[in-house]
Amino acid sequence: MIENTKCECGHNNPLGTVLCEHCGRPLDEISDSKEKIDKEMRYEGKARRSLTYQTSIMDQVWNFFSSVKIAIVLIIITLIMSGIGTIFPQEQFIPSSSPDTYYEQTYGTLGKWFYQLGFSDMYSSWWFATLMSMIGISLVICSLDRVIPLYRALKNQKVAKSTVFIERQRISLKENMLEDVPAKIDDLADKLAAKRYHVRREGNTLLAEKGRFSRWGPYINHIGLIIFLVGILLRYLPGWNLDDYVWVQEGQTVRVPQTHYYVKNEGSSIEYYKSTEKSNKGPIVSKYRTKAVLYQKDSAGKLIPLTKKTILVNDPLNYQGLKLYQSDFRSGDLTGIKFSLIDRKTKKNLGVFSVNLSQISESQIYKVGDLRVKIKDYYPDFAIENNVPVTKSQDPNQPAFLFETIEKGKTKGENSLVISGMNFPNPKSNKYDIGLAGFDMVNTAGLMVRVEKSLPIYLIGGIISMIGLVMGFYWQHRRVWIRVQDRILYLGAHTNKNWFALRRELSQIGFSHLVKEIEK
Amino acid sequence: MTTVMNNLLYGTFILYLVSAIVFVVVATESKNRSKVWRRLAIILSIAGVVIHVAFMITRIVIGGHFPTSNMFEFIAFLCFALVLAFIVIFAIYRTYVLGAFVMPLAVVLLAYAAVFPRNIQPLIPALQSHWLYIHVTTAALGQGAFAVSCVAGLIYLIYQVGKGEKPKHAKYLEMTLIILVMLVGFSIASLLFQTFGYQASFIHQVNENQVIEEYNLPPIVAPNESKAVKVDQFLSYQGPLFEAPSWMKGEKAASKFNSVIWGIVVGLVLYAIYRAIARKNLYQLLYPLVRKLDPELLDEISYRGVAIGYPLFTLGALIFAMIWANEAWGRPWGWDPKETWAFITWMFYSAYLHLRLSRGWVGMKSAWLAVGGFVIIMLNLIVINLVISGLHSYA
Ligand code: HEM
Repeated sequence: MIENTKCECGHNNPLGTVLCEHCGRPLDEISDSKEKIDKEMRYEGKARRSLTYQTSIMDQVWNFFSSVKIAIVLIIITLIMSGIGTIFPQEQFIPSSSPDTYYEQTYGTLGKWFYQLGFSDMYSSWWFATLMSMIGISLVICSLDRVIPLYRALKNQKVAKSTVFIERQRISLKENMLEDVPAKIDDLADKLAAKRYHVRREGNTLLAEKGRFSRWGPYINHIGLIIFLVGILLRYLPGWNLDDYVWVQEGQTVRVPQTHYYVKNEGSSIEYYKSTEKSNKGPIVSKYRTKAVLYQKDSAGKLIPLTKKTILVNDPLNYQGLKLYQSDFRSGDLTGIKFSLIDRKTKKNLGVFSVNLSQISESQIYKVGDLRVKIKDYYPDFAIENNVPVTKSQDPNQPAFLFETIEKGKTKGENSLVISGMNFPNPKSNKYDIGLAGFDMVNTAGLMVRVEKSLPIYLIGGIISMIGLVMGFYWQHRRVWIRVQDRILYLGAHTNKNWFALRRELSQIGFSHLVKEIEK
Repeated sequence: MTTVMNNLLYGTFILYLVSAIVFVVVATESKNRSKVWRRLAIILSIAGVVIHVAFMITRIVIGGHFPTSNMFEFIAFLCFALVLAFIVIFAIYRTYVLGAFVMPLAVVLLAYAAVFPRNIQPLIPALQSHWLYIHVTTAALGQGAFAVSCVAGLIYLIYQVGKGEKPKHAKYLEMTLIILVMLVGFSIASLLFQTFGYQASFIHQVNENQVIEEYNLPPIVAPNESKAVKVDQFLSYQGPLFEAPSWMKGEKAASKFNSVIWGIVVGLVLYAIYRAIARKNLYQLLYPLVRKLDPELLDEISYRGVAIGYPLFTLGALIFAMIWANEAWGRPWGWDPKETWAFITWMFYSAYLHLRLSRGWVGMKSAWLAVGGFVIIMLNLIVINLVISGLHSYA
């Protein structure tokens, strides 16, 4: 621990300071070596909280999170864990709803461990969230720990630095001066200014500086990252995001799940690339398209249209943050069947009637000429089990109907069973035949329903991060100190990165031998 | 038009190749008459980039979309990004030796790209977004800069190990170089078999569909539970020797796995021949090229590559990727394997930066990290595709 913080130059430094705030001279023996000063230049030798207070629990926590070593460890753990998580597919991507058996069956013992150790759904697990939060906390604390002292130091830079400070810089030189001192310094000042340095002078000393703002780059980047992480954390708030799915048939209006909106499908279509239609690999889809209308119910229960849009892949409907994405497409869903009624004797077609599969009831009557047809029974997925007709499911895979055809003026009629795809022999006594005359088919759109309120936060975080990165990487903070003392010119230069560019600049203002110099 | 496009591609390849040769000549030359050669080397690589741009433009005109939508187009673009990043970094540091390593890598990369089917495919709806091109190109430009960083790191390692100062690293450096030889070997083998029209195909079951898998190299490994449809003979070898394990599920996983095995085999054979003739390590062969360089400069170039690439990669592979994913799939991020590996790459370079800045990892450690980072990118490109079928099915 540093006891004496009073510098030879008479300045009283705060506890923990490594380089004198006033003249830059190293204050203790440990930092009184060439390598050390290079390292201390990052925070200008300022006292940092984490290096000054190290006793209480609060201090220890602070120091833990402000350590870059810990940050690197956290980053490496996160990246290794993320890598392990990609060995097998995550639960959301597996074609099974029972992961507890799926992983072991498909991938053997390794798969079992993968599942049991929690890697199968790791990115939404509590421990992954904990890792992320720790990185977040670390970002906040490390930035606070450094940015304040750095700000103070950069704001109050003294032009005149001790020759010890100048000589200990990575780039430094000492030259005997023969010419006129003020004229030489004037000349150097002009040349540095021409290289866009901001030059300050005090007597026989000079400080030229440029690109100081780039020092804030990493911190601005970290702030962007913090904002981004806050955006992720906000997703744990109820109602903040919504992730659902809805199938809508053409012509149908259905409720958008988990919202009070309704969506109508006014037509879905699929288009193919013309040139690929005849290729042997099958046609390639060029567009999936759904014309959608979004409604809301008013107080009387009437649907009020809000917005209308042709949804394409990559072009969702967006209404106040509620987004509907074209995600899936099913063609040829059966919605209705057409039947023709035929007189058995004359073979004359008496007419056609159309059954809407979503509106089948016993009271429904289809009129064909003078005849009335009623549906007595309907089997969407027809089969015979133990000599009894049954339906295997409610999906119209093989629809079968028991019709009653009633002649004018009568109350009872004849029964006929019609099974699609089969020629069922109805009783000989029947006067009429009912045959399939066609299907009514529609397309169905699978729409993804999404609300993600963090999007603007991510975007702002991302933009701020990028600004910070560009500032920090494409500009550098360069400083040149010059001091003439006893007819000796001392020059020291420092940059936070890209030393060769700085050397080149110095060579261009007359210190050409700085370029070749290689230090160990 | 299509012949123009193909000629432009060959032109690019030849310019890169000649430029690579001239750079190597410049790097080995000790006398001073090389001033003309030096100019020539860099002019050739710039000309290569220009022709490469012309190639991409004709491809846009023909296909109607930016050429980064299948594996050939993506790797060719990565090659473009590599040369572009090299030219930028060359403009800063003027090191010709860097070109002697980067340009051959560009040639290998372009040859590797040519192994994949080169026809222009129409875009499926999910790929029809401008954000896709913006995302892929920016990410690839970042990766190009990372590749230059990796090359500078390798040169640094060759310098230090070749000088005999770091004997402990020699083994690992040699292994890394052998892996590069494998990439070269694979590209050569594939192109040869392609030129002679080698064909083999197998039929097998994928998710209840019969799928025919085409091979362009003689089958060492066949798809899991497959039947051979047609297998050409190669020097009376017909194969296959064994079947791919069942968890290799990616699109055409088995034929890609077969390619990897070929790469390893051909690479090892080439290396064995080299050893039999030269009787010294590869890094010892390369050391004279780099002997006169300043290690500190190499270290800085390697870092500069990351410094240029990191913001580009962040923008392209994370931010633009999220914008696009949000449009296409309704979520900015979904931990798809490809996305996860972009995240891993980014975290890796973040760790690199912090280690360098705060823990003083410069020199050897930093050079190894630069090499490692690019290995992750290549893994992402080659291996992830092999095993996993994600949403990013093409690359
Ligand atoms: C995923 C998380 C992180 C990313 C992507 C990130 C990114 C960066 C970048 C790009 C730089 C600039 C490096 C350079 O200029 O070479 C930087 C610097 C830095 N980072 Fe981070 N960082 C992250 C997390 C952290 C954490 C958790 C800490 C906390 C200890 C931290 C501490 C620092 C420090 C102290 C600097 C140097 C700042 C300076 O030059 O004054 N970083 N970071």
